[in-house]
Amino acid sequence: MSPFAFPSPPPSPGADLLRAEIRAFLASELAHRAPLDRAQSWNGLDPAFSRKLGQRGWLGLTWPKAYGGQERSGLERYVLLEELLAAGAPVGAHWIAERQSGPSLLRYGTEAQKSAILPRIAAGACFFCIGMSEPDSGSDLASVRTKAVRDGDGWRVDGTKLWTTNATHCHFMILFCRTRPLDREHRHAGTSQFIVDLSLPGITIRPVRNLLGEHHFNEVVFEDVRLPGDALLGREGEGWAQVTGELAYERSGPERFLSSFRLLVELVRALQPAADARAEIALGRLGAQLVTLRRMSRSVAGLLQAGADPALEAAMVKDLGALVEQEIPEIARDLVGDGPPTPQSRAFAQVLAYTALHAPSFSLRGGTREILRGIIARGLGLR
Amino acid sequence: MMEPVQADDAGAMLRETADRLLAARLTPQVRARAAGGGWPDDLWAALDEAGLPAAILPEAAGGFGVPVADALSLLTVAGRHALPLPLADTMLAGLVLARAGIEVPAGPLAVAQGSEVRLDHAGRATGHAWGVPWGRHARSIVVLADAPGGPVLLALPQAALTIEPGADIAGDPSDAVRFEAVPSQAAPAPFGAAELRAAGAATRALMIAGALGAVSAMTVEYAGERRQFGRAIGQFQAVQQNLAVLAGQAAAAAAAADLAAEAVAAWAASPGPGLLPAVAAAKVRTGEAAGLAASIAHQIHGAIGFTQEHPLHHHTGRLRAWRDAFGREAEWAQVLGRHLIAAGPEGLWPAITAV
Repeated sequence: MSPFAFPSPPPSPGADLLRAEIRAFLASELAHRAPLDRAQSWNGLDPAFSRKLGQRGWLGLTWPKAYGGQERSGLERYVLLEELLAAGAPVGAHWIAERQSGPSLLRYGTEAQKSAILPRIAAGACFFCIGMSEPDSGSDLASVRTKAVRDGDGWRVDGTKLWTTNATHCHFMILFCRTRPLDREHRHAGTSQFIVDLSLPGITIRPVRNLLGEHHFNEVVFEDVRLPGDALLGREGEGWAQVTGELAYERSGPERFLSSFRLLVELVRALQPAADARAEIALGRLGAQLVTLRRMSRSVAGLLQAGADPALEAAMVKDLGALVEQEIPEIARDLVGDGPPTPQSRAFAQVLAYTALHAPSFSLRGGTREILRGIIARGLGLR
Repeated sequence: MMEPVQADDAGAMLRETADRLLAARLTPQVRARAAGGGWPDDLWAALDEAGLPAAILPEAAGGFGVPVADALSLLTVAGRHALPLPLADTMLAGLVLARAGIEVPAGPLAVAQGSEVRLDHAGRATGHAWGVPWGRHARSIVVLADAPGGPVLLALPQAALTIEPGADIAGDPSDAVRFEAVPSQAAPAPFGAAELRAAGAATRALMIAGALGAVSAMTVEYAGERRQFGRAIGQFQAVQQNLAVLAGQAAAAAAAADLAAEAVAAWAASPGPGLLPAVAAAKVRTGEAAGLAASIAHQIHGAIGFTQEHPLHHHTGRLRAWRDAFGREAEWAQVLGRHLIAAGPEGLWPAITAV
């Protein structure tokens, strides 16, 4: 009856064991991190921490052992991700490489590409950024203008990418660009993806500071950059299919409803020792939202594991998740009074300010709210 | 590995049977009779003959041994059809009676919560209850009484009851019941009032989820048919965005209701307060979805959806009634919120993953 399916997540006996293991690891690893550092969630960047995860075999958990993976289930990986995020672990360094670039390489890469790069990602030693957005194309990805043209055995790239998170810390970008001129009848055709070594000549990375003054975003300019022939990912012209295939991974994960979670933790701390009924009701309502989103998100993880294509469901999880993430700071600010400052209330105020100022980005990144709802409407047969 | 597959099939088979039966037999005439407070006995007889009210019972109590979560999923079908009959209440009463070892009476049953009951030395019950769904039509009403040795579950026969008819916001019976020195079947209950209320709340969460699926589908269909300004209203982006929100709320309600069904199934096997956080989350989330989604559905249906003749109100009226029954959002949010706050800052996440 409904085009959307959120079946019960399949059982995963290994997940509970893994959960206990990672909780113990994080309890000691993060014990001395300040609440504000922990609130940064997947914006927190710590290559040393990423390497530690790699040493434990916790990056590329589902990948074949031949490429440095552990061949464990998608639901086990899900547990690992949600524990990292809920604890506020600094996972930003490896996040994109592990979530998106690695799986894309596994799916579309050549044997040489896979064996050269995947084990390094799994070791926490190789970081990627996403080269999709451009100055004039955000959600309208088909309007990209960066182009790669054949040049002998290789390619020559010119153009500008924008909003590229962590580009200054990354070794590679997966670049989405035009390899044929735009055909207005078939806007998605003629696009391709490349694995670009960011140390190549002709690439300039410039910081773009966000409204908090932080430097995560970058502008990445390509001027006459020569790529070798083996930089092409998959076949020429299949870029669109590749990026849309990635979106279910990008949109359904626990990072789509846990961005504000550390604020909720600090809120509970600030409400101790006694919370009034108003706070109990407000917290219970947010808890109900999170419990439900977690169920939906785990359901999508189960579908991905079963080889289904839950793109619609993923769009729905992201849309609903961003609403809740954005509500948490709005509600939290109203539940804690402005009495004399204590160490707890200072930590709460810091985390609240950080989360509230970041909240506008929650419904922009990974597809704007309006675009996601358009995708859902298409799933309903309306477009 | 075969068992879960069979269980799945049993649930799907039950839902299909119920869906076909209701599509064929829940006619406008039957609805009209029910809307006046009447009892559509043909339809109940058909449900009974198909074994649906007893589907949740163990074989020893006259059921089919269908897993409880699968049997409960029947209630999403009841919700999808905005069923004006106490299938949920009969299933719930049967489940708790069987769990307490009391023989399950034939016919429609009701569960009275918010009741005040005293037992005398001879075990006769005196008291009253209010807001009893379908109380006037129930052959027996299940109530929970406090006794020195712990809670006692009673099945009170209809003949011994004084009934004051009332109605919920959808017009379905919601009656006050009085009884005095009534001999009844009684047995110690392995659960308390809060758990019984939670099990009832779970039935409403499932029905809300089913109704929202239907409301979403009928609203999308209407938006594809209704033309204004030269095109179907479903082609306007503003309408599409609202329909996407409606579908999202329906999907979230379905996921939350699944959680509740699984929690009740675990509770039926081994009673305890562990079902409360999951059911609380489900009742809050489905209740919230019901409010948001019903308002969008009416907005998109326009004036025609505000008429008696249009079927939309069968669903949206019951969404309102069901979100009120067995505890509203604030009540259950407080149950869950208190539980989460008690877990403390570092226990918050473990408490959420335990639901």
